[in-house]
Amino acid sequence: MPVTTTEVLPIRTSDDVVRVRQAVRVRAVGIGLGLVDQTKIITAASELARNTLDYGGGGEVRLDVMQEGARRGLRLSFVDQGPGIPDIARALTDHYTTGGGLGLGLGGAKRLSNEFHIESTPGVGTRVTIARWK
Amino acid sequence: MDRIPILKLGGVLIVTIQVDMHDRLALALEEDLTARIAGTGARGVLIEISALEIVDSFIGRMLDNIAAISRVLDAETVVAGMRPAVAITLVELGLELTGIRTALNVERGLAMIRDRLAEDDDLESARARHDD
Amino acid sequence: MAVDGTAALTQTVAAEEAGIRAAWLALLKAGGSLQTGRIREAELDTQARTVLEQLRDGLAAAGTDVRADAYAALRDTLSEISRSRAIQGFTPTDTANFVFSLKEPVFAAIDRTHGGDPAAATGGTWAASHLLDALGLHTMEVFLAGREEVIGRQGQEIAELSTPVVRLWDGILALPLIGTLDSARTGVVMENLLQAIVDEEAEIAIIDITGVPTVDTLVAQHLLKAIAAARLMGADCIVSGIRPQIAQTMVHLGVELNVVSKSTLADAFALALKRTGRIVTRRQSALSPTAS
Repeated sequence: MPVTTTEVLPIRTSDDVVRVRQAVRVRAVGIGLGLVDQTKIITAASELARNTLDYGGGGEVRLDVMQEGARRGLRLSFVDQGPGIPDIARALTDHYTTGGGLGLGLGGAKRLSNEFHIESTPGVGTRVTIARWK
Repeated sequence: MDRIPILKLGGVLIVTIQVDMHDRLALALEEDLTARIAGTGARGVLIEISALEIVDSFIGRMLDNIAAISRVLDAETVVAGMRPAVAITLVELGLELTGIRTALNVERGLAMIRDRLAEDDDLESARARHDD
Repeated sequence: MAVDGTAALTQTVAAEEAGIRAAWLALLKAGGSLQTGRIREAELDTQARTVLEQLRDGLAAAGTDVRADAYAALRDTLSEISRSRAIQGFTPTDTANFVFSLKEPVFAAIDRTHGGDPAAATGGTWAASHLLDALGLHTMEVFLAGREEVIGRQGQEIAELSTPVVRLWDGILALPLIGTLDSARTGVVMENLLQAIVDEEAEIAIIDITGVPTVDTLVAQHLLKAIAAARLMGADCIVSGIRPQIAQTMVHLGVELNVVSKSTLADAFALALKRTGRIVTRRQSALSPTAS
């Protein structure tokens, strides 16, 4: 899939989470997403960035603007070198949490995206990729 | 660290959230509000969020907590002015915030709180008459 | 026989440009490009001239590789022509023929310039055929993309038109749904309704599904989501017109429509009025006119 623009942002502090949201908003507006779709992808990004920070011990996110024919999309990849997720299926169920959260992060982000992909190796890290198409 | 200002109007605390909140700011607001409710004996809390472009699970949880805490402290919390896109996203996220009362805008929110206070006062005075 | 047909073609187009253009225009006119009156002769002349000039430049710079940067100008021109023809109502065949009809004059020109060298003539013809096929396909792709865009926009417009939100009273909205609901349409419905709630400052929204033939699990979920979202914004929803079969289906599907429901829109409206502190009464005088 042809990627037209790429941007990488660090996720080290809770201020970075805010910056990720703002960068995602700029990209979402740029590819012409409607207001509801913008809000969905920004919210999903916020959940995943917080996961990266809280559970992954920090990491980074890559924002890719994609073009496929007339369709444009935004892909976000959150990567950390944290402890990883031993049971992904369980982590995706609502209200499952190892931290203090509501446990809606992963499952919620999945519902808010058109594409969702997660790979995680215990002891090595986690990569969560989501995409939203116009 | 900056904090979100809390106004007091009659027996009601009013908060307008106008910035993209980072998590610490949200936690600070929760603490500040709890302290103010207890300190002022306020009977209502109105949180206006029409400027908020997203509410994720963290902010949703903060709103839920404030509503629950204020209920314990005998105050009514109303969240006013949520944008349509935010509401759709929250529902999709699985966060329906059923424990929170909502209003379209500040005016309606204040009216809801006043109605409830008036009901309570009626009860109070009825009880007082009964005691006489 | 590795004769470089591209060289022969390049040479021919450069040398015979005027002749090719004249023959091509004659073919286009004979083919009826002008008959419908959708395009003027001068415009057709300009298009033919531009295409040939850019083809000549492309050939000189990049041979027959239509994907090369040197062909960008020609690709854009053809895209533009294709798009405007789609809008003008030409058929896809007309549009593709614009390019394909260039073959005959080019073949004839190759014959004129390289008639004495059969190998070069064959190579050149082959290269021309290849190149023009690629360009013709390009116009087709753009034509289809243009059509898809139109269809997409119409779909969006239909979706918006088919979900009118009407104001029944101050602060009371109704959304009469008609026809089958799919996910995409329900999404638009939901957004329209919520936006109308903000615009009208509506406390109550009535979703009337009398005109909806079936409600499956997915649609029921969408409705519930819309109602939950409205509640988050501070408005209540009443569902009216749930037909007995639908109620039955939903119970069998295990969908719990945990909402306020009334059998008719009128009942729902009456409830909405009551909830917003209004009462409807019949005027006494209308029933028993008093003698004066």
